Amino acid sequence: MKLLVCISQTPDTTAKISFNPEGTDFNAAGVQFIMNPYDEWYALVRACELRETLGGTVVALHVGTVANETTIRKALAIGADEAVRINRDPKSAADTAKQIATYAAAENFDIIFFGKETIDYNGSEVGAMVAEYLQLPYVSFASKLSLNGSTATMERDIEGGVEELEVDLPFVVSAAKGMAEQRIPNMRGIMTARTKPLTEIQPVDFEAPSTLVQFTLPPAKVGVKLIQPDDMDELVRLLHEEAKVI
Amino acid sequence: MVLVFVETPRGLLKKTAFEAVTYAKKTADLLGTSCVALTLGSVSNAGELGRYGASRVLNIPGDALDQLDGQVFSAAISEAVGKLEASVVILSHTSTGKTIAGRLAVRLNAGLISGASALPTVAGSALHIKKGVFSGKAVAEYEIKSAIKVISLMGNAVKPEVSADAVAVEPLSVTLTKSLIRVKATKTQEGVVPLSEAEIVVSAGRGMKDPSNWGIIEDLAATLGATTACSRPVADSDWRPHHEHVGQTGIAIRPNLYIAVGISGAIQHLAGVNSSKVIVVINKDPEAPFFKAADYGVVADLFDVVPRLNDAIKKFKAAN
Ligand SMILES: Cc1cc2nc3c(=O)[nH]c(=O)nc-3n(C[C@H](O)[C@H](O)[C@H](O)COP(=O)(O)OP(=O)(O)OC[C@H]3O[C@@H](n4cnc5c(N)ncnc54)[C@H](O)[C@@H]3O)c2cc1C
Repeated sequence: MKLLVCISQTPDTTAKISFNPEGTDFNAAGVQFIMNPYDEWYALVRACELRETLGGTVVALHVGTVANETTIRKALAIGADEAVRINRDPKSAADTAKQIATYAAAENFDIIFFGKETIDYNGSEVGAMVAEYLQLPYVSFASKLSLNGSTATMERDIEGGVEELEVDLPFVVSAAKGMAEQRIPNMRGIMTARTKPLTEIQPVDFEAPSTLVQFTLPPAKVGVKLIQPDDMDELVRLLHEEAKVI
Repeated sequence: MVLVFVETPRGLLKKTAFEAVTYAKKTADLLGTSCVALTLGSVSNAGELGRYGASRVLNIPGDALDQLDGQVFSAAISEAVGKLEASVVILSHTSTGKTIAGRLAVRLNAGLISGASALPTVAGSALHIKKGVFSGKAVAEYEIKSAIKVISLMGNAVKPEVSADAVAVEPLSVTLTKSLIRVKATKTQEGVVPLSEAEIVVSAGRGMKDPSNWGIIEDLAATLGATTACSRPVADSDWRPHHEHVGQTGIAIRPNLYIAVGISGAIQHLAGVNSSKVIVVINKDPEAPFFKAADYGVVADLFDVVPRLNDAIKKFKAAN
């Protein structure tokens, strides 16, 4: 079983978000980065569980610069067997997808895992793009995944419900809550992570069809209007007349 | 021409459909072109989309299209884009849209902006599009330069607007590929507006003390025609179903009105809800961080104030 888990990193939710004066670049100074939770808690852990029961290898793949190696080592500490870093600071989901697809095309993975989305851009784009490049089926937002021989049984979240389905290897999947339980790396994992292979490969050229123009910060909230608890008629009036939401 | 792919879960038109067509029509107006709606598989009343501005409504028939497979759908939509010479493709940023948009962009060699929060602006042959990023803490503006452009629209970003009459549905035939996904069972809850589409959400947290206390939340939601949500610890302890969990690790929503009851307003919770247009917070602790993100606040015991708010709304509804 050859499993690929694509991991990205995102600013921690509590991070203060700021930009350069032109608004063209995210200001990373002093920002704590974490592995994207969906990639870490669900995709990576489920891949490691499958490897533990069925054997095989879990490769963690990251498109990013050397500055992000802490995130990659964490993936190794959680249980990936080896890691690959494509040396590029990707400027768009399309760029990331192109890099991943180029690497994966030559490797014949049985399953390629993604988290359902990143918590910074919430695009949910990369998995679908990679699946299209590789012409593989893509099951998005899977909350359960089990394997029986070369057939996977999954549950995926759909509009207003859940669907149970089957698909044969190989395929691409994006992991949602429910697929696995978060794992905290133990001491042994952290120690062995230091010696597991981490290969750097060079990116391919790609000109993204969309580019960032500018980041802006939304206007700050003017402040809360407090309403007396014994005057709910006043709250209703404000919601109707001022906020116009009821 | 602007082509809007309209998703029709279980053959039905949802609010997201009318939003997407309204957005596509307005985009087409900006570009001085027409807006055509495309549906796949069996659909009832697709001609209704004409009322939201689609000058033509097309349907690709085929039983295989009644189950969602991004591979089959994106192939069919791309072929339609080619046949109709569409230059912009719009879809909804829903779980369905997300399985299709990325594939479509690759197939069409198109730039994709997912989760657009406002209408595009035209810059020569390019389009500029804004979306919320970093859990609503910032807005990013992008430019798409490719010949074909794909945009997925965030829910509740535009209001559906009726601008014309219903039209007749025309069949469109394309080559359909075979799905490699075998759907075995589908479980849906009909009758409840899914959180991602809800205009009003009543959400409650650990301040409720016990799952048996949720009656007052359900009553308030029923009066408002709202969907219920909850904080993560509430879902984690199985007080409420997991699909109600909103926040960084649950779902992100942007209703017109979010009423938070007995929720402290931790940053991870706010990450999923702070794009709501109006936020009302009910909490007995005046220091609860949620008040900083709120438009209206009531510092009080929820068990006392929620039934009173419910009565006040009933009174208002009866009078209006
Ligand atoms: C990585 C990570 C991801 C997370 N993701 C999410 C997420 O997606 N969604 C999420 O919600 N949380 C998430 N959390 C958890 C989050 O940090 C908070 O712990 C959680 O939101 C708190 O839930 P709560 O507000 O219901 O409970 P509490 O923080 O316990 O707050 C209860 C509130 O109720 C008030 N209260 C109590 N009794 C009454 C009463 N009688 N009347 C009125 N008010 C009362 C209290 O004053 C208090 O403010 C995440 C945490 C981490 C670390």
